[in-house]
Amino acid sequence: MKHRISALFLGTALALAAGSGAMAQDKTVKIGVLTDNSGLYSDLGGAGSTLAAQMAMEDSGLAAKGWKIDIVSADHQNKPDIATTIARQWIDVEKVDIFMDVLNSGVALAVNNLVKEKNAIMINTGAATSDLTNAQCSPNTIHWVYDTYMLANSTGQALVKAGGDTWYFLTADYAFGHALERDTTAVVVKSGGKVIGGVKHPLNSSDFSSFLLQAQASKAKIIGMANAGGDTTNTIKQAAEFGIVAGGQKLAGLLLFITDVHSLGLKVAQGLNFTETFYWDLNDGTRAFSKRFSERMKNKAMPSMVQAGVYSGLVHYFKTIDAMGGNPHDGAKVVAKMKELPTDDALFGKGTIRADGRKIHPAYLFEVKKPAESKGPWDYYKLIGTTPGEQAFRPLSESACPLVKK
Amino acid sequence: MQALYAQLLVGLINGSFYALLSLGLAVIFGMLNIINFAHGALYMMGAFCAYFLLNLAGIGYWWALIIAPIVVGIFGMILERTMLQWLAGLDHLYGLLLTFGIALIVQGVFQNYFGSSGLPYAIPDYPQIGDWRGLQGGINLGFMFLPIYRGWVVIFSLVVCLATWFLIEKTQLGAYLRAATENPTLVRAFGINVPRMITLTYGLGVGLAALAGVLSAPINQVRPLMGADLIIVVFAVVVIGGMGSIMGSIITGFALGVIEGLTKYFYPEASNTVVFVLMVLVLLVKPTGLTGRAA
Repeated sequence: MKHRISALFLGTALALAAGSGAMAQDKTVKIGVLTDNSGLYSDLGGAGSTLAAQMAMEDSGLAAKGWKIDIVSADHQNKPDIATTIARQWIDVEKVDIFMDVLNSGVALAVNNLVKEKNAIMINTGAATSDLTNAQCSPNTIHWVYDTYMLANSTGQALVKAGGDTWYFLTADYAFGHALERDTTAVVVKSGGKVIGGVKHPLNSSDFSSFLLQAQASKAKIIGMANAGGDTTNTIKQAAEFGIVAGGQKLAGLLLFITDVHSLGLKVAQGLNFTETFYWDLNDGTRAFSKRFSERMKNKAMPSMVQAGVYSGLVHYFKTIDAMGGNPHDGAKVVAKMKELPTDDALFGKGTIRADGRKIHPAYLFEVKKPAESKGPWDYYKLIGTTPGEQAFRPLSESACPLVKK
Repeated sequence: MQALYAQLLVGLINGSFYALLSLGLAVIFGMLNIINFAHGALYMMGAFCAYFLLNLAGIGYWWALIIAPIVVGIFGMILERTMLQWLAGLDHLYGLLLTFGIALIVQGVFQNYFGSSGLPYAIPDYPQIGDWRGLQGGINLGFMFLPIYRGWVVIFSLVVCLATWFLIEKTQLGAYLRAATENPTLVRAFGINVPRMITLTYGLGVGLAALAGVLSAPINQVRPLMGADLIIVVFAVVVIGGMGSIMGSIITGFALGVIEGLTKYFYPEASNTVVFVLMVLVLLVKPTGLTGRAA
């Protein structure tokens, strides 16, 4: 007991000292993985994100250098109010330094504000909304993996070029769906296409037949699915049932994850085009990581790009605080340093972080393989195009982010 | 106008799931006085059972329609024997809490092993007669493309619903059941094994849920949370129809499916709430539900 109390005093003293900036050698870090652990997005983030954080910590070698790293994880249930309550508790009581994953755009925007107010850090690998690095950008947030602008830019442009010049949207009715529809519409119009209608459906719907019939009646060449997770898989499955693809209309999965393709099966998913920034079978580095990851997953799943992003983001974070010689517990300061250093890891390759918090790396346009082309479980994608990082994301000249100096 | 017909038909399809599920709930509530919150989880188990039958034993859809309800029904009867029977005579709340807990545990276990995105289950492609490939494909009705499978779901569930209603309201066995609910002691005096009958009734209600699960497996992904998403709506259906009323729950099930379908057409943003708005209105005007009798 005595030891515990003295340890507590020591800890408090250290924290105070670090707070005053007098001692830079505070080597404690607390990482919070805030994600959907039980709902429709839990396969693409969830426990896999926590595992990725764990692996990043083990691989960093920081423990051997005297660092003490803790990882906590919580389920935000896709509800912004629950997420901010947890986030507040984490920052105020548990002294969490950095938030990882934070999927769901509604949740991400809410946590984004809190993290800025409390000067913590968020490396967002899960949410899609491009607002995180545009109007809502923050000196404490880095948007790591993908965003709606990039998805729209890559998939949208490719489909319009291939002749899909009339669009109808099926949109999940919350921040993410709205952002994705807005950004895709902009790209479609810019590329010479036309949006002839759309319908907004509630998040987590199980029946899409009504919406699909409306899409079918619109006669649009492309039905853009501005939704994700279980909503997208059910849409695709039911579209096949209603003969939508057989009738000549094409489905555009604007945001699809490998876990979705796995769950649909190749027979239903074959031929879909969509964009991701990570695939386990891209190169030796991604394969080696994914193999280790999959062995430790309960259902032997390969990592999604969200989970891979958690690993990659933390690798860079660890590198940065190690270079700083200690954890200043000052979110904006660490993020500024992270933006100075170039990023480099086995999963996303070499890259940079822009002033607006956008992490830059290439975007890959994939097509889902036919069942005959697949050599086994998780062998699902064919790479059909690569957009270099500088062109994949919103150019800084169009940015509404106040952090960008013009 | 064409679009409207199509939405009506689609609504009817969803309504058949509501009807099958709310019917099971109504049977269980009417006979056992238990608010069975595990119904969604049992529905999900039915779909998973079909998936396992196909992928582990090579047993296809048609057999799954029979086997899955029996397997899950037996699981239900074990639940009733080991847990639910001790709650007889207590307040409804105890049964509700117990079954809610069971639902959370069952869903948690499935999610732990199978994740949240679900597993694929295809529409059956046999028997093959001429151009027919089982229930795959569809028919162009002029105003819409009707997948054959959806048509099958409507007809099949309508038949099952009516058969259940007939069994309970028009047969000797049903008469015993209803009598046992009214006055178990008296019925026992006639030499009828009331506890066994109650167990079988619970099994029947659970079997109906599992059957709905098998029916929905080819339409929706087989997901651990497929029931949790549906069960709240189904409870609203039961409340609107009148707790424990067999015919009431069948008719309300189909009717609400149609109303929801129309909402998806006219004001899609409200399609998840329209059922609950109706529930509130019905409760305000007629607290026992549309066909319920005052207790």
